[in-house]
Amino acid sequence: MVSVDDFRGGETAWCPGCGNFGVLMAVKTALVKLGKMPHEVLLVSGIGQSGKLPHYMKCNTFNSLHGRTIPPATGAKAANHGLTVLAVGGDGDTYGEGGNHFIHGIRRNPDITMIVHNNQIYGLTKGQASPTSDLGMKTKVQSHGVFETPLNPLALAISLDCGFVSRGFSGDINHLSSLIAKAIKHKGFSLVDMLQPCVIFNRLNTFKWYKERVYKLSDSDYSPDDRTAAFEKSLEWGDKIPLGVFYERSGPSFEDNLPALADGALAKQINHPDAGTLNKLIEMFM
Amino acid sequence: MIDTVDVGIKIGGAAGQGIQTIGAVLSKTFQRGGLYVFGVQHYYSRVRGGHNFFYARISNKPIYAMRERVNLLIALDHASIDEHLGELERGVVVVDRDSVKVDSESESLFHVPLKSIADDVGGSQLYANTVATGAVLGLLCYPFDILSDVLSQTFKKKGDAVVEKNIASARAGYDYAQKNFPGRCPIMLEPVEKPNSRMLITGNEAVGLGALAAGLKFLSAYPMTPSTGVMNYVASKADSLGVVVEQAEDEISAITMAVGASFAGVRSMTTTSGGGFSLMVEALGLAGMTETPIVIFLCQRPGPATGLPTMTEQGDLEFALHAAQGEFPRCVLAPKTADDAFYITSKAFNIADKYQIPVFILSDQYLADSVFTCERFDLDQIKIERYLMKDAELEGADYMRYKFTKSGISPRALPGTAGVLVVADSDEHDEAGHINESVENRVAMSDKRMGKLSLLRKEMSLPAVYGPAHAPLTLIGWGSTYGPLKEAVDILKAEGVDVNLISFNEIYPLPIKKINKILERAEKTVSIENNATGQFARVLKAELGFTVSHSILKYDGRPFTPEYIVRELSKMVVV
Ligand SMILES: Cc1ncc(C[n+]2csc(CCOP(=O)(O)OP(=O)(O)O)c2C)c(N)n1
Ligand SMILES: [Mg+2]
Repeated sequence: MVSVDDFRGGETAWCPGCGNFGVLMAVKTALVKLGKMPHEVLLVSGIGQSGKLPHYMKCNTFNSLHGRTIPPATGAKAANHGLTVLAVGGDGDTYGEGGNHFIHGIRRNPDITMIVHNNQIYGLTKGQASPTSDLGMKTKVQSHGVFETPLNPLALAISLDCGFVSRGFSGDINHLSSLIAKAIKHKGFSLVDMLQPCVIFNRLNTFKWYKERVYKLSDSDYSPDDRTAAFEKSLEWGDKIPLGVFYERSGPSFEDNLPALADGALAKQINHPDAGTLNKLIEMFM
Repeated sequence: MIDTVDVGIKIGGAAGQGIQTIGAVLSKTFQRGGLYVFGVQHYYSRVRGGHNFFYARISNKPIYAMRERVNLLIALDHASIDEHLGELERGVVVVDRDSVKVDSESESLFHVPLKSIADDVGGSQLYANTVATGAVLGLLCYPFDILSDVLSQTFKKKGDAVVEKNIASARAGYDYAQKNFPGRCPIMLEPVEKPNSRMLITGNEAVGLGALAAGLKFLSAYPMTPSTGVMNYVASKADSLGVVVEQAEDEISAITMAVGASFAGVRSMTTTSGGGFSLMVEALGLAGMTETPIVIFLCQRPGPATGLPTMTEQGDLEFALHAAQGEFPRCVLAPKTADDAFYITSKAFNIADKYQIPVFILSDQYLADSVFTCERFDLDQIKIERYLMKDAELEGADYMRYKFTKSGISPRALPGTAGVLVVADSDEHDEAGHINESVENRVAMSDKRMGKLSLLRKEMSLPAVYGPAHAPLTLIGWGSTYGPLKEAVDILKAEGVDVNLISFNEIYPLPIKKINKILERAEKTVSIENNATGQFARVLKAELGFTVSHSILKYDGRPFTPEYIVRELSKMVVV
């Protein structure tokens, strides 16, 4: 049996008290819960404090560029759909620099899980506003306070009919790890947006701030299969912030739509294309 | 000895008039008759209207370029008369004078009522282009059955009715010409008896076919003229060979998706032109840093910015050589012809896999869209070498993706393999793939990566020398200018000029010593490039310390012709 220790990587370099520690533990716990072996997992990350996660894990990893997590994860999944592919990025990474990939990744629907460390700030570059920073937040750059309408990742994902849309909180590892496990099990693009306090640069959305506001969607009075209701729920932000699975629907994934994968993972297929077929292609030019 | 037949046919008209179809059908019909065909498309950036043309040169001897003279003009619009009548040399014009007004009268103007025949026979003026095709072949007394076979094949997908209407329209045009202008055409184009195994293929199709033959499994791209033909071709054959083709949301996604697929173990490629490549630049470095093999098809068009979207230039060589921050090894190959494109594409994949680096196939609009007559591609020459670790080698190994080795090439395993974890990083990393910012590690890793370049340098092929090994005048070219340059040399030789040509298709890294040996023999050198600043001449200077003495640079968006090169050379009084 695998244990959390099997996924333990190198020494962490995050600030003490960082919300990322909770995320790291939740990711490992979810993988163990699902019985995944380290060699079956590929973690693709962007650049940011969040992007360092692969270094603290033991599994296959591809530490990509800032904003570029979803496309390489998609390519890797298409090449070997036997892999469990997770993409991890920051809020700047995923919703800012990589925003186009987020939109079209949802449309393409590869079977990958996108885990976003949403600390509502640019951590690595020391405290500029991110696409999800709350209105009015002052930073060195946004000296008059943020005036751009915050991007609502859940509402955006639901508007695109993303197959799995959820929000977790790094302060609740159990809940978060069960969300991540569900997201991994979902076939298709799954989003786990995680509220994760940045203890140094975000003085507005602190651990306490989140703690006072978050509540869990309960199975008894919320069902994630109604897209309109989910959209409405996703707009809730402020005094009360819901956590859990907002929306889920099934449908064919990107890989389901690729006839080339019918004979098994591309990476496992023989490397030599059929000579008979190639000769036919050549003869079409004769 | 058989007389040389060498005929230039130009088909001019507005976009949407079916010029490309006439061009393709005529080319195929002549090629099926055992003749050599070289075809060039010239089109503007619009879907309808404007004046476009297709030029086909037909010969019974191998040919490598277009020529300036026209012997047969099919004028579907007035601009064809205005712009191309002057290019006619002992030639004839086929024109529908009911719709295209021609003021002058001449023996060589052949009026064929294309539109009314099309209406009568095909039931639509849409068949006017097929009537024209038939009329041309009727004038030339070229066997109709070859044409009807080609039409059947061309329109098969559109159904029997369309095939029949096309054949009937072509027949009507053919008969009209035979009846009204018997024996009046001064041009002879006869099929050659011998059966042949030659192909008629564009540069873009040859790259696509080369990639498929090399075992391409994943292509992601964002459409951009003139590169799109490769994506289109591969997509049209993807199902038959189990290939994934994905149109990405932008070029950054296109290249990073391909990098991800390659990391996970399949041969991957992206296709683009300069503007799209500009967006890919950071990810080029990602491939370099993570040591992930990737093939980038970069099809040049004149820039900067949107530039001349449908025209040709060799303006992105230095861009490809220097793109992305930092230093890492890369390889640049620039095919000369369609068959070269086929073989060099498969080589690109082997180099990418062997050295775990990005490899460019640097083409241009001229090569991309021109049709070449090639000997049947030889699949036996295609060797697929993946350079992956074997299962036995992995057994019990403590695998490290970036292990230091003498060659700098680290053994490559794939993620998903039991007992192995593959850790790749865009940060500077240690052998295991984790961030490491120490002095020793940085220097060792940089040396490891750049060491691969020295090794690759030794493996690069030498440029071909055409003509005598030693000559008082040496022309130097790279990539697609090969055809016009070779024919320019032939023209000059016939005029008694002692000249040779050194043509490069493996551009970077250059095997310095061996090339210097070749260049040492040269006296007067002229670098001939389709750009404004002589980029390849600068590469020769920077890499080899070699200075070319003269240059001919063309940056008007149009390709070279042999005649143009000869004229420019004589202006320079080097010949
Ligand atoms: C192309 C590019 N632009 C900018 C940067 C600098 N940069 C690195 S991380 C980052 C933002 C980090 O914010 P976020 O994605 O929210 O991650 P966090 O550090 O908060 O986890 C920026 C701007 C970069 N590495 N690459
Ligand atoms: Mg952040």
